[in-house]
Amino acid sequence: MSDHEYTPKSKAGKWFNDRLPLLTLGSHLTDYPTPKNLNYWWTFGGILTFCLLTQIITGIVLAMHYVAHADLAFASVEHIMRDVNFGWLIRYIHSNGASMFFLAVYIHIFRSLFYGSYKSPREVIWIIGLMIYVLMMAAAFMGYVLPWGQMSFWGATVITNLFSAIPLVGESITTWLWGAYSVDNPTLNRFFSLHYLIPFLILGLVVLHIWALHIPGNNNPIGIDIKKPSKDTVPFHPYITIKDAFALLMFMIIFAGFVFFTPNILGHSDNYIPANPLVTPAHIVPEWYLLPFYAILRSVPDKLGGVILMFGAIFILFILPWLDTSKVRSAVFRPIYRQFYWIFVLDVLMLGYMGAMPAEGTYLVLARVGTIYYFLHFIVVMPVVGLMEKTDPIPMSISEPVLTGGAEPSLAKKDNAKI
Amino acid sequence: MQKYNSKKLLLSIFIIFFSINHLHSAESANLLKVKWSFKGLTGKFDRASLQRGFQVYKEVCSSCHSMQYLSYRNLGEQGGPEFSESEVKAIAASIEIEDGPDSQGEMFIRPGRPSDKFKSPYPNVNASIAANGGAYPPDMSVLVKARPGGSNYIYSVLMGYEEPPSGMTLDDGVYYNKYMIGNKIKMSAPLSEGIVEYSDGTKASVDQMAKDVTTFLSWAAEPELEERHKTGIKVIIYLILLTTLVYLSMKKIWSRIDPEV
Repeated sequence: MSDHEYTPKSKAGKWFNDRLPLLTLGSHLTDYPTPKNLNYWWTFGGILTFCLLTQIITGIVLAMHYVAHADLAFASVEHIMRDVNFGWLIRYIHSNGASMFFLAVYIHIFRSLFYGSYKSPREVIWIIGLMIYVLMMAAAFMGYVLPWGQMSFWGATVITNLFSAIPLVGESITTWLWGAYSVDNPTLNRFFSLHYLIPFLILGLVVLHIWALHIPGNNNPIGIDIKKPSKDTVPFHPYITIKDAFALLMFMIIFAGFVFFTPNILGHSDNYIPANPLVTPAHIVPEWYLLPFYAILRSVPDKLGGVILMFGAIFILFILPWLDTSKVRSAVFRPIYRQFYWIFVLDVLMLGYMGAMPAEGTYLVLARVGTIYYFLHFIVVMPVVGLMEKTDPIPMSISEPVLTGGAEPSLAKKDNAKI
Repeated sequence: MQKYNSKKLLLSIFIIFFSINHLHSAESANLLKVKWSFKGLTGKFDRASLQRGFQVYKEVCSSCHSMQYLSYRNLGEQGGPEFSESEVKAIAASIEIEDGPDSQGEMFIRPGRPSDKFKSPYPNVNASIAANGGAYPPDMSVLVKARPGGSNYIYSVLMGYEEPPSGMTLDDGVYYNKYMIGNKIKMSAPLSEGIVEYSDGTKASVDQMAKDVTTFLSWAAEPELEERHKTGIKVIIYLILLTTLVYLSMKKIWSRIDPEV
């Protein structure tokens, strides 16, 4: 929070601001003191806001032309692609936008994991962020169902069937979710309704996410608390806005590359075959961003066990701030944790790969190893390493050298410059 | 330290994308590969090939395969076969379309108009299955996008008819195809030398017809392809220019604080 009181210059501004302090809010957002050493991994918050707005705007236009009916949905998507002016562009932005959104959110989450941004006093930011992530997965899953292609239909069948694993009431819950005795027109209708609703819930959570962020202020690459404002900080505008704009533009170039030159590479060709309840595709595969969880689901021979582990893999992240026992936030000063961090990244990537492969033979064995390690990382590595690890000396401020420990001051200064 | 970690994360991202590409290419590893004119950043359809391809579709494929999402007017649109307006009208008018009901409540037959959708050979899917020995001839509107390998797959299947290997027995009405999934296909080899007579003098070899009709089907699946490529180049050039300007502005703004951003 900026310390100085804000007074609008104009009379009208003052009149309005006394009644609704939007101008004060604007001033706060402009002056918001931000650590000056934020690297490009910190630009993904802004990129994600862009992704959300892009999805909402393209989605609203698509909804004007889309028909949520089992007999008409596929044809209405083709109508969008062929007859609606720039319909192909809007749809490809929306479908590739989902992938870009997840790419950005994964970078954002892994940035947080590396620099300890989830730790005190930022636990609430982290938890709200995870709620956004869970809603994103729900929205993406339901969105993938809407074109009513083969993967839409069978993906919906597989995922909704997970709920039938719940003892006693599972079957009833599944029927209730479907609104029928199988995935059918009522399912498509409600998925469309919810797919339209969820982004606005996400938008609300994003406001809370940013609000919660502005209480303690940004974490930073060296993970120390800094005085705000001070010579360690810069005002959000223009310093961070211009940097975010630059990163966003780089991101948009990659985004445009997908949209204009390989718009279908991230999707599955089976989804251009209209849904057919009588023909099951050879391999039912979710979109790439859900693959690690799909691998965890399939690595357990028991259905209920698989479902529990899959949801557990997501919900264990919610208690991460309390599983991590280290006092030091940034992995830059945690030599041991840093190694485990990269092993974990590779583990998740491997799980993603296994999720795309058939669940048999070596693939299944590796998926099981990956699943076990995934949980070990949180349940064992995080608490134990936090307690045992001898961390590197931490600088007192962003611009000052390390004062404690054996590091030579001049050397530390050099390190800081690089950070 | 920082730069080192950034590199690692960047590497991971590349690995993800490489894996995606790898997954896609693995499926289409053994297909025949053609240098299609419409691939690549500036790819365009070969207009003459599209027109010939339409002829193959009309005279051969359309007797069993529907193409229900296309309209006759699409044949005259930019980026497609680009038949002239009168040609499109003539093509449409040669088709009999059932319309109605009229003011008496009766259905009636009229000549097609450019705004009509392509007429399907069968009244419904069940009729098409019944007429084709239990196999559904898939709608061809998005067929190229609906198969791993896309254009190469369609071309390969058209070229992949062979005598079955010894020891393999095929039921009546089932044919051996080298590239079809499972190697069994219920469609007999659709193309044979001279089945179509091209008006532009091109020799109608099986290979030529397969290439032409695949080009036509690729356009049918992605009629926006040329516009997409053209717009894409402009968008990316614009973004690169804007990014450069923003980068220079950023350097200037940050130079007030610290020479190193």
